[in-house]
Amino acid sequence: MANTAHAVPAPRLEVDTRWIRIRQRPVATLAIVLGVLILVVPEKTLATQLLVFGLFAMSFNMLLGYAGLLSFGHSTFFGLGAYGTALVLKWWHPHVLAAMAAGLVLASATALVIGWFCLRRRRVYFSMLTLAFNQMVYFILFQARDITGGDDGLRGIPLPDFDIPFIGSIPIEGIHNPLSFYYFVLIVVVACLLAIERILISPFGRALEAIRESEERARACGYNSNRILLLAFVFAGLFAGVAGALYALFFGFIGLETLSWVTAGVVVMMAILGGVGTLVGPFVGAAIYLVLQDYVSKYTDSWQLYAGAIFVVCVLFFPQGVWGSLTGLLQSRWVRNRG
Amino acid sequence: MTGVVGGLVYVLLALGLTLIFGLMRVVNFAHGAFYMLGAYTAVVIVSLTGNFWLALIMVPVVVGLGGLGVERGLIRPLYARSDYDSLLLTFGLSFVIVELVKLGFGKLGQPFSAPPALSDTLAIGSIYFPKYLAFMGLAAIVAVVALWLFLQRTDLGLTIRAGTQDSIMVRALGVDFDRTRATVFALGIALAGLAGVLNAPFAGVNPDMGLQILIFAFVTVVVGGLGSYWGAVAGGLLIGVVYSLTSLLFPQLAQVAVFSLMALVLLARPAGLLGRTA
Repeated sequence: MANTAHAVPAPRLEVDTRWIRIRQRPVATLAIVLGVLILVVPEKTLATQLLVFGLFAMSFNMLLGYAGLLSFGHSTFFGLGAYGTALVLKWWHPHVLAAMAAGLVLASATALVIGWFCLRRRRVYFSMLTLAFNQMVYFILFQARDITGGDDGLRGIPLPDFDIPFIGSIPIEGIHNPLSFYYFVLIVVVACLLAIERILISPFGRALEAIRESEERARACGYNSNRILLLAFVFAGLFAGVAGALYALFFGFIGLETLSWVTAGVVVMMAILGGVGTLVGPFVGAAIYLVLQDYVSKYTDSWQLYAGAIFVVCVLFFPQGVWGSLTGLLQSRWVRNRG
Repeated sequence: MTGVVGGLVYVLLALGLTLIFGLMRVVNFAHGAFYMLGAYTAVVIVSLTGNFWLALIMVPVVVGLGGLGVERGLIRPLYARSDYDSLLLTFGLSFVIVELVKLGFGKLGQPFSAPPALSDTLAIGSIYFPKYLAFMGLAAIVAVVALWLFLQRTDLGLTIRAGTQDSIMVRALGVDFDRTRATVFALGIALAGLAGVLNAPFAGVNPDMGLQILIFAFVTVVVGGLGSYWGAVAGGLLIGVVYSLTSLLFPQLAQVAVFSLMALVLLARPAGLLGRTA
């Protein structure tokens, strides 16, 4: 009897452990996949967009997937990261990384203020508040026409070569060097994802999940939930700011709609489509959204009609999102195979 | 005065939102889309019959029936799930509605004017005031009072108020709660439709008209306190007055002033002016 219990077919077990290993290192796997895939994908710009919006969706996912906060104003920080980076580049022509740092300082400082207000309420009230504050920032930038260009957008953002001291400089201007710009974005995004992964598996990240499951219980355990959620909001704003900074460098132009409620809605759709609460899901969602948009827009003007309809179906029937449903399926099969 | 009337439009929308949220725990992100749908339904009815008054009566009915369909088909499966799911669903739905209207009527606005009987101005002393604006304010007040009486004096109103407080108990007492929820959703949507047709001659008709006003309705609800009837009324009037006064004095700051007001209320009374702390 004891012998038959050990007689598990070896090859299948091997496949399963590989699957576990991939699941344990999602960021490394994702980085390798994205780094190699670009060599065969013809649409380099679409691939770069995927990275930028994937990071944006991931920062949103920190809130919804891990803290249980549904923000309808996450584009605020994406847009401010973009504007901050672009304006600093335009005024002072510093190193690219310095400009990006300025953008994400602006984004996370604003996140600190807005988060402090919005976190006075929870659940759907929080959602409405983030939307309202998003509109407020939108109108401030709309009125500050002299600085931001108002609804004409901010044009002519210079993108200098990337200087590495003592080594030389690499041109990363996106139109002429799509591949080197892609790898520049990839390195930044992967660094951010590793940071996000580190944050989420830290005790802080665990506390965040505890609050998501039951804030009352977490408070009873002695966690200052307001402070923890605010910190999560600032982190999410910071990484959204990085995504925004990359966006500004990529297009060399920022439209005011970058921080409108539409962009805020797009990131909600991407994250939910892919599946929140995982590290890979938001990227899958961003990829599905962007590829479909690219494809559908060739045939019709009403992409948002299809996006809305797909999203409604997703909420009704696949609340776990595409990636969440897929991994759920694989996991249940794995459990069945073992048992 | 313009501010008060504009505020009454926010009141109608916020009351619908509050009513729906109170009973169903659904934050209806498609509320602005239904408001826009109300205005377009009015455009269609007026172009067919040429009668504004018929449109005024028909629009809430038609749009309310649309709301009934949405509740039955899309929202009902989500009651058992998290409160985010219905919010997300109505958010997606608002995209679909707005884009369908753009497909049907074009992206640009539609002409819509007040009925001839109300198109001139009213003179109170030396102040001239558009007659339509006075009518709009009056109609909104009638709707607000009628809804209040309905909630206070009828059996269904009693059920709704009871369900807002404790839906499990109401169900245990043998009330067909599914039907109550459907009615309330249709009622809230009908109010949005009514606001749409009332505001159409004044604010214009275009596919995106629901967006800005939805956000103002949210602000109203936050300022007044979600779930509070007179909170929504007070919040809407306050925001209408603040908005129109700042538009007059510092037009650039009007939007920001409204949001600052909201931030102030949040600081002083997180539950809203008349809201109870949970």
